[in-house]
Amino acid sequence: MRYCVQIAGVGGQGVLLASSVLGHAAMRAGHKLAMSEVHGMAQRGGSVLSTLRFGDEALSPLEASGQADLLLGFEPVETYRMLHLANEGTHIVMNLQPSVPVKVSMGMEQYPDMDELVGNIRSVTDRLITLNATELAVQAGKAVAANAALIGAVAGVEGFPLERELLEEVLLDTVPERFKEINSKAFQLGYERVRSGL
Amino acid sequence: MDKLLNDSGSLLALGNEAIVRGCIEAGVAFASTYPGTPSSEIGNNLQKIAHKAGMYFEFSTNEKVAMEAAAAAAASGVRSLAFMKHVGVNVAADALMTLAATGVDGGMVILTADDPSAHSSQNEQDNRYYSLLSLLPMFEPSTPAEAKEMIKEAYKVSEQLGAPVLFRTTTRVNHARGVIELMPREAEPGKGAFVKDPMRYVNVPAVARMNRVKQLERLQAALCIAEDSPLNRVEGDGQVGIVTAGVAYTYAKEWMEDVSILKLGMSAPFPERRVADFIRGKDMVMVVEELEPFLEDQVLRVARQHGIGTPVFGKRTGHLPRAFEYDPDVISRNGAVPVRIGPPPLRPPEMALPSRPPTLCAGCPHRGTYYAAKKAVGKEGAIYSSDIGCYTLGMQPPFQCADFLLCMGGSVGAACGFAAVNEQKVVAFIGDSTFFHTGVPPLMNATFNDHEFVLVIVDNRTTAMTGHQPHPGTGRSHGGRETNPLPIEPLVRACGVEHVVTVDPLDVKATHKAMKEALAHDGVAVIVSQSPCPLELKKRRVLEISAYAVDQDKCVQCHHCVEALACTAFYREDGNVMIDAELCIGCGVCAKVCPRGAMGAVE
Repeated sequence: MRYCVQIAGVGGQGVLLASSVLGHAAMRAGHKLAMSEVHGMAQRGGSVLSTLRFGDEALSPLEASGQADLLLGFEPVETYRMLHLANEGTHIVMNLQPSVPVKVSMGMEQYPDMDELVGNIRSVTDRLITLNATELAVQAGKAVAANAALIGAVAGVEGFPLERELLEEVLLDTVPERFKEINSKAFQLGYERVRSGL
Repeated sequence: MDKLLNDSGSLLALGNEAIVRGCIEAGVAFASTYPGTPSSEIGNNLQKIAHKAGMYFEFSTNEKVAMEAAAAAAASGVRSLAFMKHVGVNVAADALMTLAATGVDGGMVILTADDPSAHSSQNEQDNRYYSLLSLLPMFEPSTPAEAKEMIKEAYKVSEQLGAPVLFRTTTRVNHARGVIELMPREAEPGKGAFVKDPMRYVNVPAVARMNRVKQLERLQAALCIAEDSPLNRVEGDGQVGIVTAGVAYTYAKEWMEDVSILKLGMSAPFPERRVADFIRGKDMVMVVEELEPFLEDQVLRVARQHGIGTPVFGKRTGHLPRAFEYDPDVISRNGAVPVRIGPPPLRPPEMALPSRPPTLCAGCPHRGTYYAAKKAVGKEGAIYSSDIGCYTLGMQPPFQCADFLLCMGGSVGAACGFAAVNEQKVVAFIGDSTFFHTGVPPLMNATFNDHEFVLVIVDNRTTAMTGHQPHPGTGRSHGGRETNPLPIEPLVRACGVEHVVTVDPLDVKATHKAMKEALAHDGVAVIVSQSPCPLELKKRRVLEISAYAVDQDKCVQCHHCVEALACTAFYREDGNVMIDAELCIGCGVCAKVCPRGAMGAVE
């Protein structure tokens, strides 16, 4: 067995934290794993990608194009940018909350129309699951728990090899006591959003 | 207790954490660095735990100092580590080359963290050539787990030879994550006892000539070690041979089919007998390595000298590229060796996507500095000489305050040259940590040779880009040592600069005025633009946030704020400028540049 998760987003959004939670869960489940992440200059608000591969023979920290089992997108444009990492069978979980690049707010570039973006993805795959993680997090109590909602969503993805309880346990280990409840609730909401969409 | 200090169990570790743990298990007594991606997290971890492991650790002023200090520690008989990013080795190369000739008594590892694809660097130079230049042995791990074990082996070889060894990593090893097994320490950090030996350690010409002969003898001994090293191993059978090292091994191993792989963990001195035995009789050999044809050229040399006719494929034959890091896709496009292929990637309709390069953070004080500097320079324009740090991001619109960038400290040296031959005004920018690193000698050069330019020292009280390490201007408070900050202004004056002022860049008006005066000054003028990095304050949990908002009744939608400041907290909704309360930290610079006074702190 080999399973690959690609996580696309914007530096500062919590991509590293999410990949760390998934990685620790994979380790606790007894898998071999190899991960790769972006540090340094690229983290300053730029596009970032984290790769997590686990299973029997995971040695390489990078995966070939099209070979992701799951593409987790923290941001719509960044998800679109990384669609070549997915194939028709890849599950795609995409946060609909945009993060507006500077050149867009300056009026130098355009942020694409959301309906068109989602429609374009649906035209090549029927495995897209969308959610607004920020809204779910606000519903749970605080916008910063958006991460937890996305990890909960991962737990709900069909065929995801790690147990939901394990993911939640690892996630809650990483958050301070006073935020555990909010994160747990956001996780739950993300999970339910995906399950109900199946 | 920090997880890296446990003596058993397994850990999901970053490559850089694995290296730290390897050094602890090896009983390293001294470590020094200047922070640089992708090596920075080694220092960040040592800053927290080195003293608990009985190790002395410091952020040195620059890589050359780090190299010299670590060399002296090893010459005193203890195990030492000097680590830095690839271009840092250039800074330290003067020390390195003579150190390679004298050798050391204790084990010494010089870690060079290369950055293929220049993810966070000004070039993607291949530091494996330093092993040929310095005649030092070199180790190349492929994964975090291997890095931890290999560093212990590197110390053994170093001590066996009485010479430092190179340990070459790349971004995809430093910033890869994998499971490591914690093991008991093989040795405790020793105490230094320097034994004077001037005929070895004082490289006057007569000694240098003796050291040269001894160095060549050591090279021969090192070759014998490399030939028999278990770090150089063959995996799998087949008539197609792959010679590889570093992270490229993992791609070859997982994607290339029906091949026999010679994985070189100790790649210098080049184990030529092992290589000859491996390639002899093969139908073909492909050399899989990132960047330059370093191994490939040596394989070709060995094949020629041993009369082996096996064809050797790689970069010289155009099968594999020379530029940028490898990944499974690059390996799969080699055209000669069969690879594992999966389902085809999605091909979504073409869409114009907005670009997202790295940018200055919301509330970054550099924004105020650049805004004021640009305004003061005005329509006449200036040549902006830039340096290495977050502030290099000022090359992006709307500031475009970076016209020339070479290396650490380079802004000041280049400003001297620009000033000497151009009519245009010259403005140089350098960070606080970078100024201490290599910015001081060129500033003395400027006063010594009477160059006229403005130097802005963007002093955000930390080494920000690499993850907020201390520097002489902040003082240190780790590992049980506390030192006082070294103030910049007196240092600048001591360099002979008469016009120097310190301003707060969040006070845009005052910074603009200071810039105007500096531009009018005859000679070198220095502005210390001082305001702490908000990310660093956030990390220390001392950042007080009071987010700003736009009063839409006052806003006339002139868009001066978004166009001239381009703060990442701005966004537009139906033409209205809005401030994202999640991102805004309340620096207040936007309120100061808004002609209508439409921005204000939210109560």
